[in-house]
Amino acid sequence: MKADRFEFGDELILQSATRKDFVVCNPDTQSCGLEFFDRINPNHAFMFGIAEQNLVDAAAGIASCDTKVYVSTFAVFLTMRSCEQIRQFICYPNLDVTLLGCHTGLQIGKDGGTHTAVEDVGIMRSLPNMSIIQPSDGIVARSMARFSLDFHTPLYVRLHRSPLPEIHRSDYEFRFNHADVLADLGSDVAIVTTGAMTYKALETAELLKKKGIGAKVVDVTTLKPIDAETLIRVAAETGRVVTLEDHNIYGGLGSAVAEVLSQNLPTRMLILGIRDRFGESGDPDDLYAMHRMMPAQVAEDIEAFVRVK
Amino acid sequence: MSQSVEKVEELQQIAKELRRDVIYMVSRAKSGHVGGSLSAAEIVTALYFSEMKLDPAQPKWPDRDRFILSKGHCCPILYAALCRKGYFSREVLDTLRKVHSPLQGHPDMRKTPGLDMSSGSLGNGLSIGLGMALAARANEKNYRVYVLMGDGEQEEGAVWEAAMAASHMKVDNLVGFVDCNKLQLIGRVAEIIDIAPLADKWRAFGWNVVQIDGNDMEAVLDALDKVRKVKGKPSVILADTVKGKGVSFMEDQVQWHSKAPNEEEAARAIKEIMEGEKA
Repeated sequence: MKADRFEFGDELILQSATRKDFVVCNPDTQSCGLEFFDRINPNHAFMFGIAEQNLVDAAAGIASCDTKVYVSTFAVFLTMRSCEQIRQFICYPNLDVTLLGCHTGLQIGKDGGTHTAVEDVGIMRSLPNMSIIQPSDGIVARSMARFSLDFHTPLYVRLHRSPLPEIHRSDYEFRFNHADVLADLGSDVAIVTTGAMTYKALETAELLKKKGIGAKVVDVTTLKPIDAETLIRVAAETGRVVTLEDHNIYGGLGSAVAEVLSQNLPTRMLILGIRDRFGESGDPDDLYAMHRMMPAQVAEDIEAFVRVK
Repeated sequence: MSQSVEKVEELQQIAKELRRDVIYMVSRAKSGHVGGSLSAAEIVTALYFSEMKLDPAQPKWPDRDRFILSKGHCCPILYAALCRKGYFSREVLDTLRKVHSPLQGHPDMRKTPGLDMSSGSLGNGLSIGLGMALAARANEKNYRVYVLMGDGEQEEGAVWEAAMAASHMKVDNLVGFVDCNKLQLIGRVAEIIDIAPLADKWRAFGWNVVQIDGNDMEAVLDALDKVRKVKGKPSVILADTVKGKGVSFMEDQVQWHSKAPNEEEAARAIKEIMEGEKA
């Protein structure tokens, strides 16, 4: 089992056997396994070293010549060091660049706070023309890679450092702007989740079942735009919505869901995730525990939330 | 000195008319950047009316040469050139900076026909030009890419990220211009953050460097001829210019960076430009 970032990169390499209509721009990081893409696709990958502004601007220049570009590096640098280049030269002219931001959230673990992207979704979500997708395992990542080849406006793909347990069948096909209801164990609460938290949400639903609480689990694979129809439907069915994300509780999935529900079907919500703090070094599960993001903790908090009249 | 007299005179006349259009547009809009537009008139004219391979009937022609106005605030001179090339009609010049105009305050490639890239945030054009030059490699094209920067803009770090990468990648279909008009928004470049010695810096970054009088049409044409023959490295043309060139009361005056002439000033300026003497 590989990390979703490598599954995404491997799928692009596989597709490049028959598709020559895209290029890869790399900085000096090991992110998605695309660093040596030029060895199999000469003149279709370019190395920009440690210079993210130049990296993203050059990607925009290539894309302006009707050529799709993938840029892959750590999300923390991509979305912040080159934020202005993404804004001015990818989003503003609405160019065909897919940004692969990896090592997101506390899942990065030991590298610590400087390398932990806790705010990338909030930043990318506020940029006009930008779409955001996030896989919940390597199978979804592969499907997203195939999807991205025929997507031609700015796209941010939020990827993870370490492998995630496979929770999808191998024939899963990603659908853009469609949230997947992965579990339906009752109508007491809906857990709306994304990315590295999805398998933990499924475990949480099982724990809740033992407590006599029936939960639905919704995997939001497209964060922007967001599948309002599914969100409103599960909110109507349960009356209580919990969001769980490996991202700051401000600006990410919780905010996006609140924007939809507050304007369409005001629903009691509990927003769980990184509690407005930077990351730090440690094993991911120890870090998750600090933010009460482990399944047993989430189940406890949801139980309390559901019991409140 | 390899240009025909007729060609140089014809281009000089075009540069005059583009300068006139800059004054006209900015005074109508009551807003815009005249100083750096006027200093760049010969460079933009030489590129659009002599050097670049273009087809105004097909603005998106994949084999066309590309131009990026990295100092995007000086777009009036570029809009004047695109208009004269036939990308849009003269009436459009009246809409500069107005709501729904294809001529935005800073260039928007999605709104202006013939514009190859949006710009306005300084320091990014050379990197974008590098990307366009690399796309020619990926797509087996032989077009060339021209990027016009300001001298104040040389203070931006990203310029030097691009400079380092382009020479490393041996990109020779990329040409940078630096419009060295010696003034930036609030004062003299040399007093704000001195960029000297600029030629030494570009040489140290591995570029072929040509230094010219950037308001001398023949010198601009000669420089373009020279850099076209340079293989295996990018070239930069450091163009010594006068900000506000062609209008006596605007020349080398920092306040004309972003001041719009009133009606009377515009009339005087246009008279000077077209008659070539102080009005």
